[in-house]
Amino acid sequence: MTLILSRSALSKVQASIVIVVILVGAALAMYGYSVSNKPAKARLIVSTTTSLYETGFLDELKSKFELKYPNMNVSFISQGTGLAIQTAMRSDADMILVHDPASESQFLTGGYGVNRKILAYNFFVVVGPSEDPAGIKGKSPSDAFKAIRSAGLDGTAIWVSRGDNSGTYSKEKSLWKGIGLDVKDLRKEVWYLEAGSTMTATLKLANEKRAYTLTDIGTYLLNFNNHNIDLVELVEAGKSMLNVYSAIADNPKNANMTRANFEGSMQFIRYLVSDEGQQLFADFGTSKYGMPLFKPYVKLLQSQSDPTLIQWISDLAFFEGSECPQQFRYQAEDLYSIPPAVPVLVMSMLTEVEQRKAPAWIRSSKA
Amino acid sequence: MDPIIEGIIRAIDLILTGDPEVLSIAALSLYVSVAGTLLACAWSIPVAVALALRSFHGRRIVKGLFNALIGVPTVALGLYLYLLLSRAGPLGYFQLLYTPYAIIIGQSVLVTPIVVSFATGALESVDSDLRTLARTLGASDIQTYQVVIREAFWGVVLAIVAAFNRAFAELGVAMMLGGNIRNLTRVLTTAISLETARGEIALSIALSFILLSIVMSLSVAINLARKSTR
Repeated sequence: MTLILSRSALSKVQASIVIVVILVGAALAMYGYSVSNKPAKARLIVSTTTSLYETGFLDELKSKFELKYPNMNVSFISQGTGLAIQTAMRSDADMILVHDPASESQFLTGGYGVNRKILAYNFFVVVGPSEDPAGIKGKSPSDAFKAIRSAGLDGTAIWVSRGDNSGTYSKEKSLWKGIGLDVKDLRKEVWYLEAGSTMTATLKLANEKRAYTLTDIGTYLLNFNNHNIDLVELVEAGKSMLNVYSAIADNPKNANMTRANFEGSMQFIRYLVSDEGQQLFADFGTSKYGMPLFKPYVKLLQSQSDPTLIQWISDLAFFEGSECPQQFRYQAEDLYSIPPAVPVLVMSMLTEVEQRKAPAWIRSSKA
Repeated sequence: MDPIIEGIIRAIDLILTGDPEVLSIAALSLYVSVAGTLLACAWSIPVAVALALRSFHGRRIVKGLFNALIGVPTVALGLYLYLLLSRAGPLGYFQLLYTPYAIIIGQSVLVTPIVVSFATGALESVDSDLRTLARTLGASDIQTYQVVIREAFWGVVLAIVAAFNRAFAELGVAMMLGGNIRNLTRVLTTAISLETARGEIALSIALSFILLSIVMSLSVAINLARKSTR
């Protein structure tokens, strides 16, 4: 009986082993095939802020870039700006695309990044219920934040904060700081809620609570158009609401970053600031939202159509008077020369800008 | 339209039209979870046999440990493995992070306690008289195990299926180790998470129905197979 039992048991066990081996073999073969199908591609890992990714812009960027450079394979890791920078600091990403000048500066000065380039900009907006209990519509950002706080303390308004380490949260903190308030104290007050989540999740929470929140315009329009939220834009534009997106490559001189793909990063950054890359920014979202979600910065510089805005961006997102001070550049001086293809008419204005920048460069390189 | 109804319609549409992106996401999901589960079985089933059929010091403690580990949060496990596989981590040399391999490794670790605990339970529930009988009829250790495994076959299969379901439906490991990279490491759960974050609620619901339908068809298939063999 044992013999019979064990023989049939053996066959079942053997059968299972055979199935397992076949499945594992098939799985490995599948993967091997899929890898061998894309040979000799240089992998570029970009850790990036959620607002750029969730709008779908980066998927489009990837397909256009890979069409032009078929030997490149770009992977985007979509995280909040804080985590995106952490990922790059561990060298798990080859470069970053983020929107928080303060942490970008730390990334550069910490020796983690080189060759920062400002790519695009748009504005943060304060959104809230159309009833607008705090009466902030049309107010300046600082007046609006004051009004929200006093209405909050009266119990008539609620504020929802991202409450994470995102660039948006960083901006929110600086806006509260602008009216002399510290988020550390605000978070103890009952009208101040923290979502601790993505921008879309924060917007949905604010929508449920009929609360105010700060959002980048792209994520807001996306959710408003999808009918996920019916919050309305109440405070927009203004220098303090500027949102500036930059790219920084991992520093190849950093001993922990020797595995990072520096050449690939630079190729990608050059593409982003090229006419073609900038046009992608200019075109994305225009048909759906009537305006580009991310406005191209290099194009703005070239056209010189709005000197005030250029000045605002310099004030907010330049370090030591430059988008990337001399000591943080590496084998990419050409990136920081005057952009090519500038119409002759605006050349004089450009030289003015360069003159304004020049003393700061000298100062920074001496320092 | 009600997002749930819209989601169902969208799911059916995506499946019927064979949307290539959705199909490749579902295929990758299946591939990593099957591979992860099988990898886990390679070491978990021998461990379960040892725990169920051998007596040694600390057996209860080990069993209790595996039982407790079933509840490990996927994000926490994802974080530990992320630190291991990171370029700056001890296994950084292999550059596995943000590849399907990383998800397979992560999911195999994740489901190990499930396979071990459930399979141990199934093997222990086999009547001990059968073992004694096999022994008295002159069976060797290995032969005895074969007898017991055969008796507990469907219990072990169910342990494996439970492990697969956990791997297939988990988000934390796939997100932290895979990075949700389109066409490379985007699986169903990370796609659902992304589309929810993007505010594409109907698409999220559609993807979740695809996930559920795969899980359910598997469990129906297993049940049918089980019935037909009895």
